[in-house]
Amino acid sequence: MSTAQGLNLTLKVWRQKNNKDKGQMETYQVTDISPDSSFLEMMDILNEQLVGEGKEPVAFDHDCREGICGTCSMFINGEAHGPGREITTCQLHMREFKNGETIYIEPWRAKAFPVVKDLVVDRGAFDRIMAAGGFISVNTSGNTQDANALPIPKYDADRAMDAATCIGCGACVASCKNSSAMLFVSAKVSQFALLPQGKVEAAERVQKMVKVMDEEGFGNCSNTGACEVECPKGISLENIARMNREFIKAGAASEHSS
Amino acid sequence: MSVLDSKVPGGPIKDKWTDYKNNIKLVNPANKRQIDVIVVGTGLAGGSAAATLAEQGYNVKAFCYQDSPRRAHSIAAQGGINAAKNYQGDGDSTHRLFYDTVKGGDYRSRESNVYRLAEVSANIIDQCVAQGVPFARDYGGLLDNRSFGGVQVSRTFYAKGQTGQQLLLGCYSAMSRQIGKGKIKMYNRHEMMDIVKVDGKARGIIARDLVTGEIERHSAHAVVIASGGYGNVFFLSTNAMGSNVSAGWKVHKKGAFFANPCFTQIHPTCIPQHGDQQSKLTLMSESLRNDGRIWVPAKKEDAEAVRAGKLKPTDIKEEDRDYYLERRYPSFGNLVPRDVASRAAKERCDAGYGVGTNETGEAVYLDFSAAIMRYGGEEANVKGLHDISQDEIRKLGESVVESKYGNLFQMYEKITADNPYKTPMKIYPAVHYTMGGVWVDYNLMTTIEGCYAIGEANFSDHGANRLGASALMQGLADGYFVLPYTIGDYLSGDIRTGAIPTDSAEFDEAEKEVKDRIEFFVSNKGTKSVDHFHRRLGKVMWNKVGMARNEKGLNEAIAEIKQIREEFWKDVTVPGSADGMNQELEKAGRVADFLELGELFARDALERNESCGGHFREEYQTEEGEAVRDDANFTYAAAWEYKGEPSDAVVHKEELNYENIELKTRSYK
Repeated sequence: MSTAQGLNLTLKVWRQKNNKDKGQMETYQVTDISPDSSFLEMMDILNEQLVGEGKEPVAFDHDCREGICGTCSMFINGEAHGPGREITTCQLHMREFKNGETIYIEPWRAKAFPVVKDLVVDRGAFDRIMAAGGFISVNTSGNTQDANALPIPKYDADRAMDAATCIGCGACVASCKNSSAMLFVSAKVSQFALLPQGKVEAAERVQKMVKVMDEEGFGNCSNTGACEVECPKGISLENIARMNREFIKAGAASEHSS
Repeated sequence: MSVLDSKVPGGPIKDKWTDYKNNIKLVNPANKRQIDVIVVGTGLAGGSAAATLAEQGYNVKAFCYQDSPRRAHSIAAQGGINAAKNYQGDGDSTHRLFYDTVKGGDYRSRESNVYRLAEVSANIIDQCVAQGVPFARDYGGLLDNRSFGGVQVSRTFYAKGQTGQQLLLGCYSAMSRQIGKGKIKMYNRHEMMDIVKVDGKARGIIARDLVTGEIERHSAHAVVIASGGYGNVFFLSTNAMGSNVSAGWKVHKKGAFFANPCFTQIHPTCIPQHGDQQSKLTLMSESLRNDGRIWVPAKKEDAEAVRAGKLKPTDIKEEDRDYYLERRYPSFGNLVPRDVASRAAKERCDAGYGVGTNETGEAVYLDFSAAIMRYGGEEANVKGLHDISQDEIRKLGESVVESKYGNLFQMYEKITADNPYKTPMKIYPAVHYTMGGVWVDYNLMTTIEGCYAIGEANFSDHGANRLGASALMQGLADGYFVLPYTIGDYLSGDIRTGAIPTDSAEFDEAEKEVKDRIEFFVSNKGTKSVDHFHRRLGKVMWNKVGMARNEKGLNEAIAEIKQIREEFWKDVTVPGSADGMNQELEKAGRVADFLELGELFARDALERNESCGGHFREEYQTEEGEAVRDDANFTYAAAWEYKGEPSDAVVHKEELNYENIELKTRSYK
């Protein structure tokens, strides 16, 4: 394992001072990278090198480095979170690359995710979609009914959990040729639509979330499925189908009531 | 009487919280709309507090350094959350959870706070289910439980190995609802740089917009610090890269006492460090100890052969394995508390039985083969398959284990390139959680009036060692069910105050200090990066203030940390400017605070002449290597008052009185 030889790599990295700057690719060399290092540890080494040269390090988003916070992004060699399935960039390890390889590193590219600096983008649109309806309207009281008062079939609970594992990283948007946020939004809509607690306001929720999704400038879904392939948590396209059903159902219900 | 007043209400412990809540002052709904509260940090504690305060009607301003409140590090908690529901009918109760927590903390926590925590724990599960948190369920549709270390009941609720994520997303959705209503004003990518006091009361903060670099003034009637723990003082830990002590440290420097800094949890089951390029350690959930057995080779020559890559663990015979936790602690076995398990791993590795193939050679095995065969056998019985081969049983067992721990196994394989279904995991202890933190009274108020600390940022509930699955419980208890009541008692005095102006001399002064420090960093053209100093600090902390400590090492650590700090202020370099995003500048401010905290941490460890929980002083141990407490002299929380240099800090002692639980030697044998 750790006896393996270090890697020498050429990195082509997107540099952009701020959201007004045009930005361009820059070329860097890193040497003797341990194959056991994570991709972000390789970025740390590059940055340490740049600081040593008195240059500004590459800004990139990262935090937990365990694949769960959804902070890290990066389009690596044309793929969100780089090669490998069901991983985030922080879980990508350098053993996936060959000595002498050139690696292209870019930010998420989507109209709704403007670049903040270098590889950092603004995913605030996701928060705004959530604020429109990504919740169950229950206050904290200490008087909610006992957690076991309402049994939930294991099948439904498990599918709700599968949808709820979305980490909100935005890989789906970055991978989609239309920059659609359908996989992200549908995961939240599905989680709540599958649970009895969430059914009460399901119709209103899906309409509000979809409205804000459209306003934020995300594109439409054309069932290509790139989002599902690149999703680090394996969120299924079935969720999009479920959201479409929920949306149509909600539309029919509101016509009926008006 | 010391200067510390814990404000614990009178009466029997069972009634304290209820009676107290019934009698504290309230703020009526119309008046709440005139009152502003700042919450710093949006993890389980901060997120739940912000949402609940906003639901109640207060105007909340919430701050997080991440790009969204949903990313706070609570999200990485894996195994579960404790609650005294007794759904399993195994004899659990509020009292038992209270007792386990006090004992687990090695009798260094405040009884009344722990009892309250156990009391509200059941409500947390109800609340989370109502919010749509998809906890694991059994086939009858009811909630499932698992066991964690240091207890003999199953009271841990979980959502696969992602419980923290699901609870935090619950908080985040509750926050989102209030953000949508305009009751929470959310400041993403903002860092609190200092607290502002007016007439001795917390009245606001200075914050930096991490995108534009702008320094902002924010006022409020109360400030809540919910910024998590300080494990990153060790450089390598399981904490997120951005986790820091700065909010807690800033309030400490302005008058909040900092309690028991040396109480740190070293988690036994983490993926071992691979080498010097490493920036972060990864936890493998304690829940794995439900089914995994921990062992090292019983023969030194086998351990050496493993380290040299000449022998595989699966080739070591059963009788040549030392299941040292089961051997030393038969009644709790692999589920002893974290401090005990970590020290036992270190003991075996120090004695030459480690199996790491990394540079340090330090690792022990966490083995699932027995569990796989056991589950496989059960599954075969259930399915009526009586004539199947061992291989087929193994396959059935693997799928059961996958359904329980699949994401953890996948995570392990991604990092190490080893398949834990086929070969035992290699694990080693790593810094994970800090029990110490800002001192708070029963109301969770610090020694600064109007400044509160909740969650991991405070010190109160876990004593010298936290039990697994109790951090999530405490964060949500503080934020959903404790602070929203106790803060009202204080804010009821502010209903006529009106908005706090930000153009006062106090805000001017605090802002100037912040700007001067930033200016120093960007104009000090030193020769060494921030990380250079952070790594050096981390090495000193790990080697001399880590799992085992002694007087000589601690004295050396104090001198060395001071030396690193002096060099830092002379020779640090921060490229770029302050008028935009600058991640090196962010790190510089945080490491500067760690360099002060580190020294106080070592001093606290030096002055506590006993071993208790996560604090192990080599001078104070039994012949078998168990911790020896000194109850006569150290049954107190050490609350440090800032006086300038860490060496000038003054300790205040809060005596801990045990009226409901007898002080005993902790035994898991």
